[in-house]
Amino acid sequence: MSTQQHEQDRVEPGAAEPVMAATGLVKRYGKVTALRGADFELLPGEIMAVVGDNGAGKSTLIKALSGAIVPDEGEIRLDGSPVRFHSPLDARKAGIETVYQTLAVAPAMDISSNLFLGREQRKPGVRGSVFRMLDRKAMRAAAQDQLDALGVATVQNIDQIVETLSGGQRQAVAVSRAAMFGTKLVIMDEPTAALGVKESGQVLDLIRRIRDRGLPVILISHNMPHVFEVADRIHVHRLGRRAALVQPGDYTMSEVVSLMTGALSLDSDGALVDPSGHRAEVDEQGHAVAVDG
Amino acid sequence: MSSTTTAPPAAAPSKEDRRGLADLWLRSPTLGPLIALAIAVVIFSLTSSTFMNIDNMSLVLQQTIVIATLALGQTLVILTAGIDLANAAIMVLGSLLFAKLAAQGQPPLLALVAGFAVCTVIGAVSGALVTRLKLPPFIVTLGLLTVVTALGRLYSDGNSWPVTSDLLGYLGKGSYLFGQFYVTPGMFVMLAMFGIVWYALSHTAWGKHVYAVGNDEEAARLTGIHVRQTLFSVYVVAGLIYAVAAWQALGRIPNADPNAFQTGNLDSITAVVIGGTSLFGGRGGVWGTLVGALIVAVLRSGLTQAGIDSLYQDVATGLLVIAAVAFDQWARRRAL
Ligand SMILES: Nc1ncnc2c1ncn2[C@@H]1O[C@H](COP(=O)(O)OP(=O)(O)O)[C@@H](O)[C@H]1O
Ligand SMILES: [Mg+2]
Repeated sequence: MSTQQHEQDRVEPGAAEPVMAATGLVKRYGKVTALRGADFELLPGEIMAVVGDNGAGKSTLIKALSGAIVPDEGEIRLDGSPVRFHSPLDARKAGIETVYQTLAVAPAMDISSNLFLGREQRKPGVRGSVFRMLDRKAMRAAAQDQLDALGVATVQNIDQIVETLSGGQRQAVAVSRAAMFGTKLVIMDEPTAALGVKESGQVLDLIRRIRDRGLPVILISHNMPHVFEVADRIHVHRLGRRAALVQPGDYTMSEVVSLMTGALSLDSDGALVDPSGHRAEVDEQGHAVAVDG
Repeated sequence: MSSTTTAPPAAAPSKEDRRGLADLWLRSPTLGPLIALAIAVVIFSLTSSTFMNIDNMSLVLQQTIVIATLALGQTLVILTAGIDLANAAIMVLGSLLFAKLAAQGQPPLLALVAGFAVCTVIGAVSGALVTRLKLPPFIVTLGLLTVVTALGRLYSDGNSWPVTSDLLGYLGKGSYLFGQFYVTPGMFVMLAMFGIVWYALSHTAWGKHVYAVGNDEEAARLTGIHVRQTLFSVYVVAGLIYAVAAWQALGRIPNADPNAFQTGNLDSITAVVIGGTSLFGGRGGVWGTLVGALIVAVLRSGLTQAGIDSLYQDVATGLLVIAAVAFDQWARRRAL
């Protein structure tokens, strides 16, 4: 079990080239326009939370970034070079791993098999090349190493069948798989949505550890406290585009919620303004109120 | 490796205990059928003096071969959460091709190759219909059952065709070991096929993908598994296995008959289900199927020797199927 943790110097926004950047993404579903000129950026070593109301277009944005859909317009760059994903497999080959809300695990199979599903390793030599024999030992060892390195201590036995795990443990398996194979970034869709308080905390820890190991994370979440707990920056999505890009320390949760709902927006100085353009803030009851000055 | 001596969290043990039996069932699905087989053998050897005779044992084995081979292909299909209603019909058509081509003077080897090719192509057709048209396997194979049965009757002119060549009857022509135990090449072929499919399922990526597709097709797709290719390959391999079953059948019967093996399909499903493979896909394996096929044969043989009417044997087999599925459902609810 490795205890050393290479705490990366977190790069300040603007100081580094984004790992991933998208500009002007448009996606239409018939008459519905799910993305209308959406921008996105992810810097090395950060957790970027994506928040927004239902129907704002978060899932569509994430699908475009993970190759599940091809946007009608706009550009996606990975490490500065334009990319065009036609399937999740394309994105995965480019080092982008996605943890789906449904987890995409095979419940009747063990943890090790699930970690390597679709990416099985074969034995060296003739046994592997001619007889296609899997190297189960190597895969189990690698799976155990991965869980140890990520500090997933709640899972005791790598041979355990996934359906006998708790919700948090299953989530940990899905997240570990992404961390194991992701080389550029990891996308997580609502990883804490189905979990209790304690298990959510464990998954949030896991997300931080992945970030600390140098893999940036895109985190879609509805849960403001969770977002404020782990996110380095918050992408607020509204009506198919990025309405604001903020740091959790600069605004309160209520203020971010009012950005989400459109009760308030940011002016060019980053100040909160109401729809008529007047400076505003959010009071303790969560209502947007105008302020003088 | 994490130490297993670490004390589990306080709440865990009672939960584990409660889940014990269900968990054991899910982990080693062959165990239940094996115990059932052992019990059946013990009971019948007590109730009948001839049941444990070596020649009776050998007969039971031989009666198992064709159904077990059909059930082997059926296992693959059921593991993907499908079902194959046409397997016995495909086998019968294969056996008719073997026998009629040879009887009409074609070289027996050519007859074999033709029969194997046709069975495999029919498997490919099922696979294509399931994966390309996205039709439920039940519907696809129900349709093929009718079509293939009719093709068999048309091709054979409704007649049975004698097995005229040694090659075609080869798998059933054995010799006596220990005086009375009749050993046929077909037994070894059957065991070898179970061994090969077991290896492919448990030791290759293809096998992992078959289980994963049966578990959750969408999850399998999202993990990058080529779901359609995997499904298609399963139906093709199953078709090939049914061809072997057809060859096995010609070792057991003197004529290829378009009306033979009417219950072959249901018997194969019975063997798979009694053997612990889940009809919902993704769980089970081939050894359970072999044990399941043996259970059916032992049950029939034992009840026959005890002088019980074959209709009651059907009743017993049917009840066993229901019990096996009920237990599987219970275990799954329990463990989740
Ligand atoms: N496959 C689709 N077909 C038609 N409309 C869609 C589809 N996916 C999303 N939409 C529409 O696009 C809009 C944005 O959806 P979505 O990206 O799922 O939002 P969010 O994830 O933020 O709730 C919604 O109005 C939704 O109804
Ligand atoms: Mg969504």
